[in-house]
Amino acid sequence: MVGIVGYGAYVPIYRIKSATIANQWGSDPASIEKGLMLIEKTVPGPDEDTITIAIAAAKNALKRARIDPQKIGAVYIGSESHPYAVKPSGTVLIDALGIGPHVHVADFEFACKAGSEAMYVAYSHVKSGEMEYAMGIGADTSQGAPGDALEYSASAGGSAFIFGKENVVAEVLYTHSFTSDTADFWRREHQIYPRHGGRFTGEPAYFKHILGCGKALLEKSGMKPEDFQYAVFHMPNGRFPLKAGKELGFKQEQMSEGWIVNIMGNTYSGSSITGLTAILDVAKPGDLIFMVSFGSGAGSDGFIFRVTDKITEVQNLAPKTREMLNTPHKVYLDYGKYVAYRKKIQFNEY
Amino acid sequence: MANSQRYTREIPHRYRLEAQKFPSGFVSLPNRYVDPISGKKEFEKIKLQGFGTILSYTIIHIASDQFKLLTPYAVAIIETDEGARVTAMITDTNFEDLKIGARVEFVLRKIMEEGASGIINYGYKAKVIG
Repeated sequence: MVGIVGYGAYVPIYRIKSATIANQWGSDPASIEKGLMLIEKTVPGPDEDTITIAIAAAKNALKRARIDPQKIGAVYIGSESHPYAVKPSGTVLIDALGIGPHVHVADFEFACKAGSEAMYVAYSHVKSGEMEYAMGIGADTSQGAPGDALEYSASAGGSAFIFGKENVVAEVLYTHSFTSDTADFWRREHQIYPRHGGRFTGEPAYFKHILGCGKALLEKSGMKPEDFQYAVFHMPNGRFPLKAGKELGFKQEQMSEGWIVNIMGNTYSGSSITGLTAILDVAKPGDLIFMVSFGSGAGSDGFIFRVTDKITEVQNLAPKTREMLNTPHKVYLDYGKYVAYRKKIQFNEY
Repeated sequence: MANSQRYTREIPHRYRLEAQKFPSGFVSLPNRYVDPISGKKEFEKIKLQGFGTILSYTIIHIASDQFKLLTPYAVAIIETDEGARVTAMITDTNFEDLKIGARVEFVLRKIMEEGASGIINYGYKAKVIG
């Protein structure tokens, strides 16, 4: 049996409300909250970035896996906000967590699906017998241009998954990937903010790939939507994943546990997979989980997991995702503080 | 943290809290050549577990240039559970919770950037827990 032996998430304590952003730009807060189904989003602290978020999530995954970090043979971090253009994020992570130096490390990029991509490669290494354990991580501190619709959703957070063959908490039963060249969203080298095709990001991009991958995954597995206890999809806003899930045949109650976008925002490479951690936090042995990610450009990775009886041993070994999202310690930022934290204003060079 | 060579050399203590325990029982982070109690140079390497207690703290309002954007922030002297006394910046903590005797956990954060083109310095900070 090959699957997840340890999982962990991390979200910063800072938040900004959709209403705060709407008021800044003269938009109607109620229609934003209703239209995008977003109440608030996470914001990285001034001392946080994709590397520190990935490390915090990976630390939580190690707490649950209860393995010697030295046994991890590969570490992949998927992100579209790696702090360096040249110098890997993964090297900082392995040295911080005592993994390696005998380890294969790479940074992945594929808009919002780089995290599930990292998981897929990590899983494949273990399945092939190449290594005992491998870790796939998705983490982001995503950016939206001031005044752009993305500003309401682009948030910060991430999740890490250690794959192995022993003490598996969620077995991988099936995977499928669906990819095509689609110019729905992009960011050129040296540009700070991404650009997107507006409504073109919907039907021809998000829905085409999520539904294409989801349908193929159901077909491949011979399973039906009603066989699953939980389903989670990439969450660029509140509405898209619910609509895609419904179209595939899933019901609201199967999707509600992993649907954390209303209080987290879109953590890009950490979106659907952080929804998956929220599901694993409450899942029971035998539960089936359906997950499909989406990354612009564009592609989707699909996974079907079966939760094992080991899950209950690890759920309480690290902070739970919804507990972090609903922490009483969260700090709400005003728009001025938010743009300073996100360095959206020009500072002097010291 | 002045340059990339020094930064790389300091990774074991800044990322992983790798400390020294001298035969006198003195625990040091960062590393030093000589035990200040016995004057001896022999030591055992230990890894701090990342928890401690605040012995003293101050709140910085006027910071050096690299830390200007973080003000006001706190810096504390922390005694780790292993007995090392460490100076660390405090993060993710409401100043009302900042007290002598408060329990802290060490977390890895970005300490500073060496300008727009230099390296990014990561290292430990502490946050009040419980």
